[in-house]
Formats: sequence, C-alpha cells, structure tokens
Amino acid sequence: MDVLAALGHGFLVALEPSKLFFALIGVFLGTAVGVLPGIGPALTVALLLPVTFKLDPTGSIIMFAGIYYGGMYGGSTTAILINAPGESASLATALEGNKMAKAGRGGPALATAAIGSFVAGTFATIGLAFLAPWLVEVAVKFGPWDYFALMVLAFVTVSATFGDSPLRGLTSLALGLVLGLVGIDKLTGAARMSFGVPELLDGVEITTLAVGLFAVGEALFVVSKRHKGDDVIQPIKGSLWMTREDWRRSWGPWLRGTLFGFPIGALPAGGAEVPTFLSYSTEKRLCKHPEEWGKGAIEGVAGPEAANNASAAGTLVPLLTLGLPTSATAAIMLAGFQQYGLNPGPLLFAEKPDLVWGLIASLFIANAMLLIINLPLVGLWVRLLAIPQPWLYAGILVFAAMGTMAAKASVVELSMLFAFGFLGFLMRRYDYPVAPMVVGLILGPMAEQQLRRALQISLGDPVVLIENPISATLLAIAAVALLAPFAMQGLNKFKANED
Amino acid sequence: MRFVARRTVLALAAVAFSGLSAAAQSSLELKIMAPAAPGGGWDGTARSMQQALMAAGIAKSVQVTNVTGAGGMVGLAQLVNANKGDGNQLMVNGFVMVGAILLNKSPVTLEMTTPIARLTAEAEVIVVPANSPIKDAKDLVAALKADVAKVTWAGGSAGGVDHILAALFAGAAGADPSKINYVPFSGGGEALAALLGGRVTAGISGWGEFEGQIKAGKLRAIAVSSSKRLDGNDTPTLKEQGVNLEVINWRSVVAPPGITADQKKALSEVIEKMVKSPQWAEILKQRGWDNAYLAGPEFDAFLKSEITRVADVMKQIGLVK
Repeated sequence: MDVLAALGHGFLVALEPSKLFFALIGVFLGTAVGVLPGIGPALTVALLLPVTFKLDPTGSIIMFAGIYYGGMYGGSTTAILINAPGESASLATALEGNKMAKAGRGGPALATAAIGSFVAGTFATIGLAFLAPWLVEVAVKFGPWDYFALMVLAFVTVSATFGDSPLRGLTSLALGLVLGLVGIDKLTGAARMSFGVPELLDGVEITTLAVGLFAVGEALFVVSKRHKGDDVIQPIKGSLWMTREDWRRSWGPWLRGTLFGFPIGALPAGGAEVPTFLSYSTEKRLCKHPEEWGKGAIEGVAGPEAANNASAAGTLVPLLTLGLPTSATAAIMLAGFQQYGLNPGPLLFAEKPDLVWGLIASLFIANAMLLIINLPLVGLWVRLLAIPQPWLYAGILVFAAMGTMAAKASVVELSMLFAFGFLGFLMRRYDYPVAPMVVGLILGPMAEQQLRRALQISLGDPVVLIENPISATLLAIAAVALLAPFAMQGLNKFKANED
Repeated sequence: MRFVARRTVLALAAVAFSGLSAAAQSSLELKIMAPAAPGGGWDGTARSMQQALMAAGIAKSVQVTNVTGAGGMVGLAQLVNANKGDGNQLMVNGFVMVGAILLNKSPVTLEMTTPIARLTAEAEVIVVPANSPIKDAKDLVAALKADVAKVTWAGGSAGGVDHILAALFAGAAGADPSKINYVPFSGGGEALAALLGGRVTAGISGWGEFEGQIKAGKLRAIAVSSSKRLDGNDTPTLKEQGVNLEVINWRSVVAPPGITADQKKALSEVIEKMVKSPQWAEILKQRGWDNAYLAGPEFDAFLKSEITRVADVMKQIGLVK
C-alpha cells in the first residue's frame, strides 16, 4: 500500500470521535505528568495498562502515544520557569530558557519551546511515516565504536556550555565525570565508589544532580545576596508572545534540532540528551548574537526543545519496526501492544495497518492538540514568576525536594539533592559553570561503556574505532570541531602579521 | 502533595475500572512490590498479577509498588526489613536477582524471604549472524574449544541470565569459563547491531527479543536453553545437541520473612487460585510467557539449587571472589 494512501486511511481512523477523545486524554495526562516532578510518562502508562485492558486497542495505544508526546512537552516548562529540568533531556533547554524567564521573556521562551516541539514533532512524525523501514536498517548497524565516536563529538561540543573560562568549564566537567564512575560497572558488574550504600549502586541520578545544581543551588545563591538588592525577576518585559524577530531566530534552530533529534532518537542507544547538546552548541556557533548566550538566547531554547521532541518520535522507529523498546516509556508501550496480542516488528505494518497508521496519524493530531493546550497556558505559567522572590524560591526548594522523593523515596537521594545544591551554590559563588558537570555525568558513563565494549569485541584492537565508516566520519567531524577555532585564530594572527 | 495525590487517584481509578467487570467477592487487600522501575519484566509480572487477581475476583484490591535500585537489592532489603511479618505483602523476583545478590554482596538474601511460588519462565536462545560459519551448537562448542577468548558473546547485563548461560555453555563445552569474552549490552537493540554486523560470534537473549530477526532470517537460532522445543518452532534444545545444560529465565513471588504458617498458607492459596484462573492463562498467552508454576517444598528446593548453581558459576567466571 502506498504510504500516502495508508496515512490517509490512518487519519480516517484517528479522526473518529472516540479516538480523538483518547488522544485528548493522553496529551492532557502527559502534559500534567511532564510538569509534575517525580512522575514520568513511563509510570503513568504503567498505571493505566490494567485500566485499558478492556478498551479498544487502537484507542489505548493512541492514548499512550499522547502521554509520551505530552510528557516531552511538559518537561520543558519547569526547566524554563524554575530552572528545574524534570528529565535529563530538558537540561539544555534550562540553560538559556531560565535566563530568558528571569529577564522577563518567559513567555517567548515557553512559546518557542511549544511551537518548536510542534514543528519538530510533526516533521519527525513525517519521518516516522516515510523513513522508518529505511532508517531502522541504518540504526541497527550502529555498533559500540560508532556510539563512542558520537559521544566524542558530543564531548567536543560541551565547550559551548563552558562560559568565559575553559579551565573552570573543564573543572566542572571533570567533577561530573568522577560522579559518573559511581555505581555498578555495567561491563564487569563490579561496584565502584558506592561505599556500601545500596542507593549508590545504580549511580547518581541525573535529575537529582541537575535539580540540585540548578534549582537548589540557585535558590541558595539568591538567598545569600538577598540584601544586596540586585537580580530582580521581571515576570513580563516586552511582549508575552514571540515577536517577529523571535520567529525569525527560531525557525532555523527548530529545523536543525529536528535533524539532530530524529535520527539519534531512532538509534537503539541514542537517547534524547546527546541531540539536545549537539543542537545547543550548533546554535551557539551559528548564532549572529553571540553576546546574548548565557543571558537568554532564544535559539538555545528553540533548538534543544525541537531536538528533544524529535528524538521522542525517533524512539518509535525501532519500537514499531523491530519491536525493540529503547526507552522506559517505549518498553511499557510494548507491553501495551502485547496486552492486545500485537507483536510490533516488521509484520505489524502489514498485519495491522489500521493500528499502525492510525497511531501515526494520531501523533500528528496529538501534536496539534498539545500546541492548542500549551499556548494559552503560557500566560498563566509566567505569572508564577510574579510571586514574591522569597516565596518563589521557598516553593522551588519544596518542589525540588518533593519531586526527588516522589521519584525515589530515600533519605540518601534527598541528602544528595541538598549536597549538590550546596555545591551548586559554591560553584555559582566562585563563578564555575554548573552545566558541564551534569553533561559529564550523562556522557561519561555512556562513552566509557561504548569504548570498552568496542575494544572487547575487537579483542583489544583500537583500529576498530577508525576502520568503520560511521565512526571514522564522526571522529573526523569531532576533530574538525575541536581544531577549527584554533586554526582560525592562527590564521587570523598570520593575516594580522602579514598586514 | 499534588503529585502524590494524583498517583493515588490513578491507582484508585485503576482499581475502580478493573473491578467493574467482575464482582469482587474477596476482602483480601494485597500489596505486590516490583523491585524495579516500571517497564521491566518484574514490573510487568506484578501488574499482570494485579490484573488477574482482580479480574478473577480473588482479591478486593491489589496495590503495585515499584522500589528501584541495584538489581532489586533495595526492594529486597525493604521486604526483609520493613515488611517483616506482613502477611499481605508479596514481591516479584527472578533468576536475575540471584546473581545480583551475589554481585552486590547484599547483606539481605533470598534465603531470608518466605518463598511462595515460581510463576513463569522464558526460554533463552543462542543465535549467530545469518552468514556465520557456525551452524549448530556443536560448531560453537568446537569454536570455544579452539580458543575460548576469541568467541565473543553479546547479551544482557553482567551476572544476568544471559551471562550465566554463556559461562555454563563454555563450561559444558570443556572450555575455561573464566576466559569467556562476554560483552554485556543494556538491551536487545544494542546487542543486535553487533550481531547483525557479524561483529560478535554469538548472542544470547530471551526468545522474544530476537524472535523478529530470527523469523526475518537475519539471525540464525542454533539452540534454545529449555528442556523441550518451543511451540511452533523447530530450534533444537541444547540437550538434543549433546550439551547437557538447561537454563530458564524464571520469575517467582516471595513473601516477607516472619509471617506465620497460616499467612503463608493463605498467600500460597491465593497464588494457586490465580495461576489456575482463566484470566491468568489469557495473560500468559498474550505476553508469551510459559506457565512454570511450582510451589511448596518443590519450589523451596528449586530456589536453593538455583542459588547454588548461580553462585558456583559466578565464582568460576570471577564475578564473585
């Protein structure tokens, strides 16, 4: 069957009133759990599975997909407003987004995140419809060496988050890498630096570190200089909506973010974090207003948010075509498919076209619904910032603590949150950037595992890293990205001497 | 408390909806802990039990909780310490937990719990890339005998069922299990890349994870680890091919320590009723799990023998000193 005809048929299924209703419930629940800390889409779908047992399979699966997309939308809201990224994929959004919110541009930040998510979600869903069978062939060819090369590339781009001093940035990154060593070594099963504390065996939770450093650290910092009278938050300055200038500066990052997010999300071990970092650093390099970075550049919200959402659609590629879940939510959706006796895989497209194409069509619809739900909320959300500062920051502390407890109810976790909060305070006080530390915690363990796997498979021969075309290409790009600035500097000096 | 309340509301909604179809005659209020995050096998088992127990009217309410951490060790510690003597509490566990306890040198062990019953089992499958010169288990045995370190295995987490099977296979083949080159991956998708690209010699996983690729002809299944062939599939067992080995990835339920004999009897009866219910049979069919119900002294003995077997293997491969 022709893809367009199949998709058209899918829309007929998805536009039935009952299916629309399921999609609406899904996106509403998804947005809610995305905003609330500690409860994510995976848990929500898990709780709903027994409820939907007796319902119509297509409707339930459409609802699950709505929750999944909605969760991705909601996550950016807390990142922008209160600097508390609810999931690691919203980390890059928090960097510029929260700065914008503090400068009274929370409205445009939330709007570009919502519209960017819509644009990325829509293009990525088109990609899912047309490219899935082809893309998955490429994705499963990605070996450990290729993942390692991708991580190297991501590491190079981290410098975009360093701020003014590379030395301070590297120090922060190193702290994150050290934290990344904590926990069970995935390749040998040995416990490292866990000091006999069972909670540490799984390593340090990324969101605990991010919320501790970002939100708690900042709250403490603000309190410490409260009587100096600066740093006043303006809820709204200028337009609540995106200006013509904002639109002009957002559409490029949206599209580029999609190009990063969708293919990397489709990789079995790609994840959502790496494309957001790649997008952030690319936008920073391409941006014509470098002076705004670190003070709230709209490109730094538009790009990573688009990348984040596109990767969510990418995750559905291996799920639908191979039956391989590559995220916790996808794993539960797989259980949802199985509950109805459906086995995702190459045959699902042929055997259950109604369901697959209905699902893909409803993803388009869910995306549009999310935009309609989220845009009017923007005005409401930014009013949160009008709360008097002591109340706002006390609220943030409570919110952060409760979110951590809801995700993992343990004293150890809560102690870590506040220890990281204090560290975040010190780092701000002495002018160290906090973002590289979180990036180190995310990328370090991934890079280590993939490198060791690659070498284990090649029986210790490092040539494996450069003899494969994908890894060789990625490493070459990384080398160029690393050396180009120095080369340009040298060239400029050379030119200056000539004159 | 907004999100806490929301969670409760969702749970209550779940309870209310699934209770509608069957009039619940029982007054039993059961709690089942999945010592893992939502989405995994243990969570799926716990929620399936919830569904069957309530739909069949065996329990009035069943609450599923997730306690994550350290391969189930955090959950196990909670069951042994905090839930001691609670006759309405169950915890899902399985083969993987046996290894995790040893690996993490956990102060709490499965021997401290009150075993109730084994519920399900999934066969493991050994696959090779479609263009591999290895055609059956005998070829793999020969390759291991030639040089055990050159045979690369791709499978799940270190110390898990896939790893144990690889080590047992090497041992059964007469090679040194401490020298196996086993590469743990986080999920079937990642291992697949290495397998499809012909980069590793063999892969091990639950049958379900590789099923699609086996049917598509991209991977060749050379053996299943169960005692007999799977339904509707002619992949021979290890034993048929002269490798005297049987490993199944089983899941079971245990109760906290310190419950009375009556409480144990009551819980065992609840599980027995559930296993015999048509609702449970339906779930097993949908999920593709095999019924492996085993209870009473037989299950106690089975659990003990598995613990000994895993401990021996893990010492041999050097995971546990």
